[in-house]
Amino acid sequence: MNQPSPTLQTSTSKTGLAALGLQPVPGAPLLELDDLRTYFEIGAGTVHAVDGVSLKVDRAMTLGVVGESGSGKTVLSRSAMGLLRSGNLRQSGQVRYQGHDLIAMADKTRRRLWGTEMAMVFQDPMTSLNPVMKIGRQITESLRYHLGMSKSEAREAALVGLKSVGIPAPEQRIDEYPHQLSGGMRQRVTIAVALACGPKLLFADEPTTALDVTVQAQILDLLDHQRRERNMGMILVTHDLGVVAGRADVVAVMYAGQVVEIAPTAELFGNVRMPYTEALLRAIPKLDEASHTKLNVISGRPPDLIKPPKGCRFAPRCPYAQSKCRNEPPPLVESSTPGHAYRCWFPVGSDQGSTQLPAPVVREPAPDPAPDGAPKIQPTPPPKAPERRITAVERSENAPENPNE
Amino acid sequence: MSEPGTAHLRDDTLLSVEHLVVEFPAGRGRKVHAVSDLSIDIRKGETLGLVGESGCGKSTTGRAIMQLPSPTSGSVSYDGTEVTKLSRADLRRLRPKMQMIFQDPISSLNPRRKVGDIVAEPLQIWGIGTPEERVAKVREVLDACGLDPDVAMGKYPHEFSGGQCQRICVARALVLDPAVIICDEPVSALDVSVQAQILNLLEEMKERYGLTLVFIAHDLAVVKNVSDRVAVMYLGKLCETGTPDDVYGSPAHPYTAALLASIPKPEVRSGSEESAPLSGELPSPIDPPSGCRFRTRCPYAQDICAQVEPEVRDVGNGHFVACHFPLVRRPNEPATATF
Repeated sequence: MNQPSPTLQTSTSKTGLAALGLQPVPGAPLLELDDLRTYFEIGAGTVHAVDGVSLKVDRAMTLGVVGESGSGKTVLSRSAMGLLRSGNLRQSGQVRYQGHDLIAMADKTRRRLWGTEMAMVFQDPMTSLNPVMKIGRQITESLRYHLGMSKSEAREAALVGLKSVGIPAPEQRIDEYPHQLSGGMRQRVTIAVALACGPKLLFADEPTTALDVTVQAQILDLLDHQRRERNMGMILVTHDLGVVAGRADVVAVMYAGQVVEIAPTAELFGNVRMPYTEALLRAIPKLDEASHTKLNVISGRPPDLIKPPKGCRFAPRCPYAQSKCRNEPPPLVESSTPGHAYRCWFPVGSDQGSTQLPAPVVREPAPDPAPDGAPKIQPTPPPKAPERRITAVERSENAPENPNE
Repeated sequence: MSEPGTAHLRDDTLLSVEHLVVEFPAGRGRKVHAVSDLSIDIRKGETLGLVGESGCGKSTTGRAIMQLPSPTSGSVSYDGTEVTKLSRADLRRLRPKMQMIFQDPISSLNPRRKVGDIVAEPLQIWGIGTPEERVAKVREVLDACGLDPDVAMGKYPHEFSGGQCQRICVARALVLDPAVIICDEPVSALDVSVQAQILNLLEEMKERYGLTLVFIAHDLAVVKNVSDRVAVMYLGKLCETGTPDDVYGSPAHPYTAALLASIPKPEVRSGSEESAPLSGELPSPIDPPSGCRFRTRCPYAQDICAQVEPEVRDVGNGHFVACHFPLVRRPNEPATATF
């Protein structure tokens, strides 16, 4: 896995942008999303799945996109690549690849860019590989289609590709079917498929969620290695803050279809500004905490994206929420640190936040977006040092009261 | 050939599993060795965290304790009763004492029944109490699990989120006043914000109802948070057991150390490129490696590891490891070796 990947032989015909007669616009970033909005019309209304996201990815950099399920991170990456095609889709804003807007492009034109300019690795390697096609053919397919290689050229290139993603005995594996490989090996194959035509931009949508932790580390290393080797831009979509912390240069945190905080990784983890990011970090059990440390919960649940709250979308769950938060949507503002922006009226740990906010705010029972029967919300005290739960033994020593009897 | 032994077992336990073997036929006379000679015990009021990667046999162990299905061989004793020897009727009478919570809360609730009926069903099956008493008990457990009984009882599972469905599952497990609950990956299907709610709920319920928990999960940080004692499994075998502080603070088994080093931590990494401490993947449980099953991926493996199965040995303070070359026994090695 460590040896430099031999460069794939590309035939002389033009590929990607060049085949379309387009030149990269000088100075334009590799990929730029500008106020991207992706809505779905369904019977019950309009789902605001991605609601005004602006992001930038350059070559050789990794942008991490984190969020919980339903935050719009997957729809974001699919709409950026133009993979969403359905009658109920409504899209606005721009997705500029090297300066050219993909949304305005005809489907047929955009398809020429898939594989050669941008590619995607999906979450579940078993479902993203065709179970009745040998893995060799799944790699050569795009080589032959996009790069016009002959059968034997493509097979050679596929072998090189399999080797570069760390598949042992590629000459034998190339004629096997996906079910003959383990989960980690399958994900290596999907990476080989995605990288076959030498894309400049790779979307990795939860690439390790279906894998075990030891294999996850291998696959993340592989993606990182390939990105550096090929000078690729990468968008790493995940729900795991730990994954982006180690691998991304810039992290964007998504909540309810919006980017609520974005910053260079070290800045984000060192100087959290958005209460949602803070709450998310505090909700994760940490290895260096003692057992039975009570976890900080985020009460309630994410809002309904058909009718998002009119103010800050996190306000109904935010321990610091004020009436301003519930009524006016906060804009994404830059902090004093370059590249760090957040969407909050009372950012955590800033003068603006602490002076304007009457200290310890106990949350009033906020309107809960969840239907009745939702967990009853306890007022969340402002975060403090982790408190230790009383263990059963200590409890029985101190208070013999048993509410069950 | 040696065997792992039971040096790590304690007295005065509520649940004790000895030499548990679970094998499944794999066709052509071959067998899947899902769990091989596993011994583990749990004291009353304790939470045992069973941790390992997928395919290591942790769920199979949980199910074998419940006799779902019964193990191929070995003993499971609950409060002095040998469970594997019980008749069907006696086993059935024991069942209310041991309950299970599963990974996917939505698929473990019947979508066509109302929540009130789902939670009340165990009481009906056992004919416990009058209908009014049953309703009162259902309301009590739903309320304890953070659901409003007035609203929840008349609704169907699809009207709830994943986290709320898991609360319903916890309520259903609690309704018969069990002594032991086996939680099989109860938070793996949930988002982190909801995961924290369910973990806190399990801890509260454990205190309130005096429960003993077997907590099966692949997430080491989650297991550390809830456990009083942790057991690490690899390919059907016990690698290491001890208090969370010992196992996480100074892992004695190379596998535990590698697992811990593999976890991506929510903090920024310093420069180094490669981080995967282990190469390769889990070998097939149909034909597991001889001797120590971890040897094929172990950076310290020697000839003896292929020939002799390591016996469980004490490395101090109730911390046991099945390894010929445990990490905490090496004065010159850092305890948390990164390889």
